Amino acid sequence: MNDVWQSDWSMMAPEWIVLAAAITLLVMDLALPSSRSRRPLAWGAAAAAALAMIATAAMIPAESASILHDTFRLDAFAKAFKLVVLAGGALALLLVAEWAPKEGSPHRGEFAYMMLFALLGAMMMASSGDLLTLFVSLELLSVSSYILAGLRKTAPASNEAALKYVINGGIATAIMLFGMSYVFGLTGTTNLGGIARRLQETNEPYMLALAFLLLLIGVSFKLATVPFHMWAPDVYEGAPVPATAFFAVVSKTAGFVLLLRLLVTIFAAAPAEGRDPSSLLLSMQPVITVLAGLTMIIGSVVALRQRSLKRLLAYSSIAHAGYLLAGFAAMSWAMIDSLWMYLLVYTLMNIGTFAIIAHIVNETGSDDLDGLTGLYRHRPLLAAALGLFLLSLAGIPGTAGFIAKLHIFIGLVVTEPGHYVLAAVMAITTVISYVYYFNLIVQLFFRPTFTAPLGRLPAGLSTAVIFCALGTLAIGWAPGLAYDMLARFGHFGDFLP
Amino acid sequence: MMFLSLLVFSPLLGIVLLMFVRKTDERMIQWLGTAATVPPLILALFAFVQSGRGFRLERLDEARDWVRLTDLPFLTDAAYVIRYELGIDGLSLVFIVLTAVLATLAALASMLVKTEKKGYFLWLLALEIGMLGVFSAANFVWFFLFLEVTLVAMFLLVGKWGGLERERAAYSYLLYNGLGSALLLVVIAVLLARTGTANFALLHEMLHNPAAEGQLIAPLTAEGRRWLLGGLLLAFAVKLPAVPFHRWLIRVHVEAPPPVVMLHAGVLLKIGAYGMIRFGIGLFPDEFRSFAGVLALFGVINVLYGALLALRQRELKRVLAYSSVSHMGVVLIGLGALNEAGIQGAVLQSIAHGLISSLSFLLVGVLAHRMGTTDINRLGGLTKAMPLFSGYLLTAALALLGLPGLAGFVGEFTSFLGLFQTKPALAAVGALGLIFAAVYSLKAVLDITFGRPRDRREAVVGSREPQASAASLGEPQGGVVDLQGKEAVPAFILVALIVAVGVYPQLLAAPLTAVVKTMMNGLGG
Repeated sequence: MNDVWQSDWSMMAPEWIVLAAAITLLVMDLALPSSRSRRPLAWGAAAAAALAMIATAAMIPAESASILHDTFRLDAFAKAFKLVVLAGGALALLLVAEWAPKEGSPHRGEFAYMMLFALLGAMMMASSGDLLTLFVSLELLSVSSYILAGLRKTAPASNEAALKYVINGGIATAIMLFGMSYVFGLTGTTNLGGIARRLQETNEPYMLALAFLLLLIGVSFKLATVPFHMWAPDVYEGAPVPATAFFAVVSKTAGFVLLLRLLVTIFAAAPAEGRDPSSLLLSMQPVITVLAGLTMIIGSVVALRQRSLKRLLAYSSIAHAGYLLAGFAAMSWAMIDSLWMYLLVYTLMNIGTFAIIAHIVNETGSDDLDGLTGLYRHRPLLAAALGLFLLSLAGIPGTAGFIAKLHIFIGLVVTEPGHYVLAAVMAITTVISYVYYFNLIVQLFFRPTFTAPLGRLPAGLSTAVIFCALGTLAIGWAPGLAYDMLARFGHFGDFLP
Repeated sequence: MMFLSLLVFSPLLGIVLLMFVRKTDERMIQWLGTAATVPPLILALFAFVQSGRGFRLERLDEARDWVRLTDLPFLTDAAYVIRYELGIDGLSLVFIVLTAVLATLAALASMLVKTEKKGYFLWLLALEIGMLGVFSAANFVWFFLFLEVTLVAMFLLVGKWGGLERERAAYSYLLYNGLGSALLLVVIAVLLARTGTANFALLHEMLHNPAAEGQLIAPLTAEGRRWLLGGLLLAFAVKLPAVPFHRWLIRVHVEAPPPVVMLHAGVLLKIGAYGMIRFGIGLFPDEFRSFAGVLALFGVINVLYGALLALRQRELKRVLAYSSVSHMGVVLIGLGALNEAGIQGAVLQSIAHGLISSLSFLLVGVLAHRMGTTDINRLGGLTKAMPLFSGYLLTAALALLGLPGLAGFVGEFTSFLGLFQTKPALAAVGALGLIFAAVYSLKAVLDITFGRPRDRREAVVGSREPQASAASLGEPQGGVVDLQGKEAVPAFILVALIVAVGVYPQLLAAPLTAVVKTMMNGLGG
């Protein structure tokens, strides 16, 4: 017991910051008179997330290490993905600070601190070295998310979203836990590294494959990839916009963190049945490839018919999850690199888009894409920024989206034989996605306006938009900025324990 | 040396300055927008003249560090380094000069564009940067980057400033070209992933030098190379366009504002030809041989299909659109010939068609502006009211049909000469298209200038009083006025260039010779 208390707790500094801020805000929300605005709480939460980000960045040069009996790992992977998660969280909290829905429900303190708790879950997940920490942090993220989805208490859609999210999420968790029980049963340990080592000695390929598939199903729910994507559009549409932004960005990033930590660590070296594949993970490659292809196709085709901006972005995020899954399916040396890159870029361009949608929803009370028509005429800069985010989502060169997509493409074709079919599907779905992204651009720039001009962008939203726009442009034109980070993370050479 | 960067990005200065001009100050916008296209023109002409005097273009090469994708221990230091690289040779230079000239002329012709002029010029200049960049890039990633700049700029230019069906045309353009680009991107990704470089010269080295083959990060089999070349050719066939992929071209020609079509028909289509030559023949010469027959066949199909459909059109823009399809077929024929004359001819035809189609669309723009229609059925007898205009139109038609002494002849003649050497039967069939060209271009133009309108009820004859019926459509502005000074200048320049290339093709052939020679060595013949 002694060594637990003598652990190097400073390694958890970012987590402590977020946890302390969340509890402080919770207490303040209770203590403050109900007449006081809760808006400053959200600003405080955003500042805490930013502070945690700085703390994480300060730890980048440190050697990777683990504490608490290897349940908490601080390797390059943890630092890198924590940075992305925290950036997404801080930006989403800026959206929370400016949340002013038309239906007039008062600003709620829990919005800020529940999001911090969810963020904490996502951070812990990136650092987990044990099935238990992984599961607990996943639950922390999920349960907080269910509450976030239902925060528009008077809106039926929001209640529906929360209920759907709880039920679907609950099922996913149960399935995943079932899968974990197989893994534990086969190895007798919950430590990820220990599991990986012991599995090399076992000879239960079928049992193991079953465990893999159960875990994959659980993760697929989190990622909103086909065939477990159905909940996403409804939840995204019903939830308040800042929460939608959080789900689309932070939860998705956390889902991929889970995918890598859980499936890659455990199964990368596990024995497999059959002739060629040297590991269970590689033998499952065809399954993941098919899922990635279907996710890309269904996400981008269904997005064509959406009129609600939130639903549109929900399907677009499904399509993007497909691209990411394709990057995973490639299983090349570029895998973690390209996923990190894509998730970073995805965070920037999505939060930017959601910030502008939040403004439109605040002002008009609806998220129909008509709200965008003729935006260029009275808010040219805002329209230009949104245009940039959309081009980036579409993967047009000169924006960060292109660089990220190119990296996934390279990963897909670098192995021999390459995943040419998947690359072709990705190329074609990208072109399909042009239709709906450019449709929004048409609305922005070509159409005359019918609605009343939008007001000025409030400070929080404009901070988020400016930050995201600069990031999108900077990575688009000087991708070295992001790749230097990857080099500093050592291209995640120490990922496997 | 920053010469090429300066050349490519000099329109940026105009973009920045334009930002500060008030939206309503149209004269200033027109002036500034046109002036912004002059620096690249001067630089391009300077480079052209200097290279004619024996200046070695390689000395203009530029390289700057941009990004390193990974530094895994088993890779060499140069692997997966993508640099910002520009570099030109005679082939690119010819296209750069064409781009710079046509951009200035299109900017001059843009005085007929009246709505939202500021945005229009911003995107026109962005389009110019994209086009100049495409021809200057010495690296696949940057080539693609510039290519997509043209894609976005064209989408906005067509979709916002085009005719009635503009959005449809813009989408059509976007999707066809997007698919072409996506295919190209996959090919680029494969090449980059397997060789670790995107630089053209290094790629060439990696693919052909047996000693360098060991440095490949993953093998590229012979079959794989054939697939890569097939992908490349298909991608550029969409951009050219070759026949089954030509629908977007028709829509864009008809709907886009005429000055934009000047650049579209004049330069953008040529990216297809440039890409096939630079990457098809340049990187995969051995595999290219096996595709030559298919290319020539598609060329002949293009020539005949375009010409036959052009015959049946009664709308001047559509006639010209199908004639573009037909003329781009000649480029394919030249490439399919697989000999020096053929390749030379393909390039000459590209340049010639660039000049001629620009002249045609300059005139179409004036016609649409004056008459409110380009429907041949409703036009007639323009010689009386617009003698100068009719003269230019006739010149354009003569150039289009390939009259000796004008630019069109040089390209067609050389291309067919090439094909007759290697595939005489195919060439003989294709040559029929040239006869059709004479019929459709003369028929259309003579009907407008000398003929009578067929559709009398809605006729817009060239009388000096504006017709009442014409006022209802698009309102011809003022009475029928002949070509005026400002409009005549670009027309005159284009005619002068067309004649110059026609009479003295050596002007263009000289910088090309060395490049074509190298390529022929690669092709092994």
